Amino acid sequence: MHEILDILKKNARTSVEDIGKMLRLSPEDVATQIETYEQSGTIRGYRALVNEDDLPGDRVTSVIEVKVQPEREGGFDRIARRISGFPEVKNMYLMSGKYDLLLFVEGDTLREVATFVSERLSTLDGVLSTGTHFMLKTYKQDGVLMDGEKVDERLPVSP
Amino acid sequence: MSNTSYVAAHVKALPFSGIRKFFDIVASRQDVISLGVGEPDFDTPWTVREAAVFSLERGATHYTSNRGDPVLRQAIARYVARQFGAEYDWDQEILVTVGVSEAIDIALRTVLNPGDEVIYHEPCFVSYRPSIIMAGGVPVCVETRREDQFRLTREMLEKAVTSKTRVLMLNFPCNPTGAVLSRTDVEDIADFCMTHDLLLLTDEIYAELTYDAKHVSFISIPGMKKRTIFMHGMSKAWAMTGFRIGYACAPADVSENMMKLHQYAIMSAPTTGQKAAAEALERGDAAVAEMLAEYNRRRNYLITSFAEMDIPCHTPAGAFYAFPYIGDLGISSEDFAMRFLEEHNVAVVPGEAFGQSGTGFLRCAYATRMDNIREAMARMAQFVARLREEKG
Repeated sequence: MHEILDILKKNARTSVEDIGKMLRLSPEDVATQIETYEQSGTIRGYRALVNEDDLPGDRVTSVIEVKVQPEREGGFDRIARRISGFPEVKNMYLMSGKYDLLLFVEGDTLREVATFVSERLSTLDGVLSTGTHFMLKTYKQDGVLMDGEKVDERLPVSP
Repeated sequence: MSNTSYVAAHVKALPFSGIRKFFDIVASRQDVISLGVGEPDFDTPWTVREAAVFSLERGATHYTSNRGDPVLRQAIARYVARQFGAEYDWDQEILVTVGVSEAIDIALRTVLNPGDEVIYHEPCFVSYRPSIIMAGGVPVCVETRREDQFRLTREMLEKAVTSKTRVLMLNFPCNPTGAVLSRTDVEDIADFCMTHDLLLLTDEIYAELTYDAKHVSFISIPGMKKRTIFMHGMSKAWAMTGFRIGYACAPADVSENMMKLHQYAIMSAPTTGQKAAAEALERGDAAVAEMLAEYNRRRNYLITSFAEMDIPCHTPAGAFYAFPYIGDLGISSEDFAMRFLEEHNVAVVPGEAFGQSGTGFLRCAYATRMDNIREAMARMAQFVARLREEKG
């Protein structure tokens, strides 16, 4: 029964009154439940889903594959935590396959990202190699299509 | 110009669908929020559309077997068995049609002799009565009522049955009322059919879209399969209206004779649609469940909103329609719909479009985005307040 979360994940700005109507709960009950989620950390925050491609400027996102040397004690965690601490790193995952860590890094310019990789990331002890890919266009983000507009082509009234 | 009419008298006598007139008015306006649409707002699940595209790339653009692509018919047999608890022979007892609309038409024409009476219920889908008439039958209407949550009871049916009654025609979950039948209702009506030796035509197109209890199909009742034409299709639960795929499951001799009419009029249902339908039946459950959850939220929102406005509305337990009663506001449902459109730019369908007993009701489809529903309800609250002021 996490319907409140389902609704908020689709639209975090849905009011407690509206959620109450959708689930046949009182707004107070909805508010209490949301507060519980917030306090327990199930809800970590709320933010806008922005299509960066629409904004002026050329903000750069890159995906970086990183091979690291795991340690005898602690495995990947210590080096992973060091890398994930950099604010440039927006998302980061431990992966199976040819490389170990997958990073999503954002910067204002290409140079900024390149500098981060060459001066901060690859010089860390334990980082064996990196492979950097720059994103060219966003088609879909967090389940939302970013490319093109949806038009309702249905007849206005039908039986 | 010649005064001769080339239109046959019995077709000329057929009234236009009440919804048609309203459609033209709504279509002439800009930026209407429409609760008048009888089809899902969701896109067809991508896996289904992708299967359709793939079938085109592969060159599957020819006729299929008259009865329908064997792959689809086998998928239908499996689906009907797991979902509704009845086993049908995919080769002898299943016919793929152009929507349930075609299935209704050919089923009636296959089974009716001139003058046979068909009991059906109103308010109902707009095509039922005309289809019965065009098939040479005599429509006998049973009116369902708000106080019964628009269910059909055995008592009502017993009053309508005569020695000429051959067929009972049902649609639950119901468009436009959103009514469903309980298991007891279904058992009672099944028993009624057996007692009077009637054939049952059951249009269960909204079977997947029930909110408070799982749908009970007539074909799950022992003894009913052999006297039932079960009709279903992809349009509603899978959001596939434009693919035009329905199907009828019926005893082999009925199915075979329906197939003749289908063959002579249609040849075969659209091939692309059939390929898409097979994919939807095999891999569409998750998408259906997701849409169902969203419909339920919208339904709850509508019911709560009507309650806040003090407008009586039974709890629709199926399909995607609410059917509130506005007869106490001192305005007919047709005038309500017209003024609501003109003054607030929101379209709802007046209940009488679905039969006389729909008078005083509105059909509000919740097959539209949540923010549209929210805005439509806010505007309705204003409009209703104003009507109450006018009434004094």
